[in-house]
Amino acid sequence: MEYDIVIGLEVHAELKTESKVFCSCKNQFGAEPNTNCCPVCIGLPGALPVLNKKAVELVIKAGLTIDSQINNIAVFERKNYFYPDLSKAYQISQLVKPICVGGHLDLQNKSVKINRIHLEEDAGKLTHQSENIGTLIDYNRGGVPLMELVTEPNINSADEAVEFLTKLRERLIFADIAECKMEQGGMRCDVNISIKPKGSNILGNRTEMKNLNSFKSVHRAIEYEVKRQIEAKEQGKEIIQETRKWDDEAGISYTMRKKETSQDYRYFPDPDLLAIEISDEEVEAIRKTLPLLPEQLKEKYVNEYKLTEYDANIITKDKYLISYFEEVCAHYNNPKTVANWILTEILSKIKDEDEPIIKISPLKLAEILSLIENGKITRTIAKEIFTKVWENDSDVDKLAKELGGEINEDYLCNLIDKIITSNPKAVADYRTSDTPEKQLKWFVGQIMKETKGKANAKLAEEKILEILNKTQG
Amino acid sequence: MEFEKFTLLEIVNMLKNKTVSSEQLTKYFISKIEEKKSLNAVLEVFDDAINLAKEADKKIQAGENGKLLGVPVIIKDNILYKGKKCTCSSKFLKDYIAQYNSTVVEKILQEGGVIIGRANMDEFAMGGSTENSAYGITHNALDFDRVPGGSSGGSAVAVAGGLCPVSLGTDTGGSVRQPCSYNGIVGIKPTYGRISRYGVVAFASSLEQVGPMTKTVKDNAYMLQILSGKSINDETSADIPVEDYLSQIKGQINGLNIGVCKEVMQMMSGLEVEKIFLQVLEWLKSNGANLIDVSLPNFDLCLPCYYIIAPAEATSNLGRFDGIKYSTRSDKAENVDQIYTKSRSEGFGKEVKRRIMLGNFVLSSGYFDAYYNKAKKIQIKLKEQAKDIFKKCDVLLFPTTASEAFKLGSKTDPVSMYKEDMFTITANILGIPSLTLPFAKGKSNLPLGLQIMANNFEEGKIYNLADYIENNWRWK
Ligand SMILES: [Zn+2]
Repeated sequence: MEYDIVIGLEVHAELKTESKVFCSCKNQFGAEPNTNCCPVCIGLPGALPVLNKKAVELVIKAGLTIDSQINNIAVFERKNYFYPDLSKAYQISQLVKPICVGGHLDLQNKSVKINRIHLEEDAGKLTHQSENIGTLIDYNRGGVPLMELVTEPNINSADEAVEFLTKLRERLIFADIAECKMEQGGMRCDVNISIKPKGSNILGNRTEMKNLNSFKSVHRAIEYEVKRQIEAKEQGKEIIQETRKWDDEAGISYTMRKKETSQDYRYFPDPDLLAIEISDEEVEAIRKTLPLLPEQLKEKYVNEYKLTEYDANIITKDKYLISYFEEVCAHYNNPKTVANWILTEILSKIKDEDEPIIKISPLKLAEILSLIENGKITRTIAKEIFTKVWENDSDVDKLAKELGGEINEDYLCNLIDKIITSNPKAVADYRTSDTPEKQLKWFVGQIMKETKGKANAKLAEEKILEILNKTQG
Repeated sequence: MEFEKFTLLEIVNMLKNKTVSSEQLTKYFISKIEEKKSLNAVLEVFDDAINLAKEADKKIQAGENGKLLGVPVIIKDNILYKGKKCTCSSKFLKDYIAQYNSTVVEKILQEGGVIIGRANMDEFAMGGSTENSAYGITHNALDFDRVPGGSSGGSAVAVAGGLCPVSLGTDTGGSVRQPCSYNGIVGIKPTYGRISRYGVVAFASSLEQVGPMTKTVKDNAYMLQILSGKSINDETSADIPVEDYLSQIKGQINGLNIGVCKEVMQMMSGLEVEKIFLQVLEWLKSNGANLIDVSLPNFDLCLPCYYIIAPAEATSNLGRFDGIKYSTRSDKAENVDQIYTKSRSEGFGKEVKRRIMLGNFVLSSGYFDAYYNKAKKIQIKLKEQAKDIFKKCDVLLFPTTASEAFKLGSKTDPVSMYKEDMFTITANILGIPSLTLPFAKGKSNLPLGLQIMANNFEEGKIYNLADYIENNWRWK
């Protein structure tokens, strides 16, 4: 039998705020355990949460990037359950009135419907030590703002799921909402999977897959689970509604808990927090801060900047590259040249690095490009300067002079004089030729040879013409 | 000198005029606590109290000011005072040391107050008799065989028994007013949000407020002003300017519109307090006030609403006492689940467990709409009904309790104990301010309290009427 695969995603992303969502502790990864903590985020008796408005803004922003409707009133609720990493035995989250409702994110071949985005707090982190030490709790992550995005179950393959996540991640990073560092737990994803006979309207029992730490494991886990469910179905076995844990190393998943034992979270509105009021004006103000999305930028680069589709594609793949590109263009108004240099010189230098850093400031690259354009240096010299700046962050002007790249005009004219005097035959040929341009090129070639390529060809040509014309009479 | 005979305002003046030192006063009240140890009102006298008093004396000598400079204060054992134990009268927190100051403690310290000890209470403020404390029962200051009321029983007895001139209690359903009534003193549950709850161990967050407990109405007005105000640490604290409540006391009640609630009168019928309540109404009328008949049609639903909302919030608030952190972790636990179940079974008292279970029930899926949601809807309706009442009148009069303090151990059925809050709970459900002052004696010659309520943030009106009654109504 053939089956339809039905997938829904729940994506968590840690928001990029300075401080935590309900206290003023730093929101920072990798600090010494339990150093970014206070009575509020370790849930001491008597402590009360106070909302960080910035976190709400970021969730609204996230909603706007996927065309969500923003609720004018949103409410925090308590999700009650016991776990040692949860300091208050409840997580402040949103159930009935989230900040964002609905929306969609368009993939290559379909539009994925979004159910909601809400704001909640992250829990602490447990580390299991040796037996005699036991389990330790680090509450630094406790109270870090998290957005949870829930899709409708209208994703139909592992490829689509990964495409969705890639696109979502790109947007969140882009709009400065979240850094989405998967390896640091900055973006996490749970996947709900079920199958049904092709074309049928009756949904099968779904399983929820947890512990997916990379897009690759999302893909593998979905493929595995779909196969498992189909096999079970073919063998006439029932698919049990349950939560499963993915073991990436083994490439399998196993039952975490069955539905019967699933928790009743006993949600109710948190009496310590006021309802969040969001005005339409506020939403519009946030909308104005939205940067162009990669697709929109690509369009702009191709249509306005006249970049090739290919170049625009590569530059808009990376937020860092975009801002670099934009900044160079701000100082040197020839986007095509800038793109050229980024794609050739810069990318070749950083392509193998995990955390690529462009070691030449946008301003310095713009300086070099201007020098070329003004005929002060040749491309060869420019590349030499580029490499030196990359290595030592040296001064562009100084290098241009040192490397002799900036061929002094007098020197150039002297050189031309010399070549003209010592090559009377070539001069004669030039004057009588049907194709004087060809002869002219010969002179330029000589200059380049003499200067080991450091002269500016365009400038040389101009000067040669000038001198030849002068000596004519 | 017998310093317990003086009011808070008198003591403030004596300190200012240097007729007494803070050290003298503090030592005196500490010796009183020692002398009346059998009341079991105070769980601990803080060992730095006398040193703090000496420091206060130095400040007084240096001419410094402070509204409570040198005044000994006792706080309920659920209010955090940094570096001091705070147990909420629970075994669960037997060794818990407060890690930071509550806003109210901060305010008292800023005004130079000397916090000398912490008072007994019903465990986690759940109860109406201070019989639910892991550290023993407290006795009524006026009759050793009777309950002091609760949950702030220790704080009430501390003032009524002459152990300090002022104390703090907390009031979730009547926990300041009922013990004040039973011990013949003045106490207020301010408007919800008037005082920051930051640093007060939460029982039912949406209902409770700290309240000062004093000998007189003016003392109370003085103290409320000190404790009130917006706190950046508490979103639910109100950003409304704090009034000078003493200046609202005008000494006359001409033209004051006093609401008399039909449903309360019906409820009172046949109760001990009824006769005297009617007398005081007549007397107020003859002194220039207007009596206005009003109705709170769903008055009878306040009690059931309360016993749904309060346990629901309590269940969640007490979840953090899970055996992972804090004093109690069961020795018998072999895994994480057992740490939770065994520690909580061992650490909490019977009443607390009862309310945790009640709260879990009303929040559980399948019952949430029938209980919690319905209660919240009724609460909204009640608030609308109250709005109508305060369009017509300035204040609303209720009795505080049905009768005098009852005998220790006499109420064993939890529901009869819950009914103790019948008249006080209304103000918590509505969020409005409510003060109790003694106004009569019952058949055993013990005090009965009169409750005065007003619209939100109109404590000034309450103090004016309360002061008038205190000074002109003859009953002692
Ligand atoms: Zn914190």
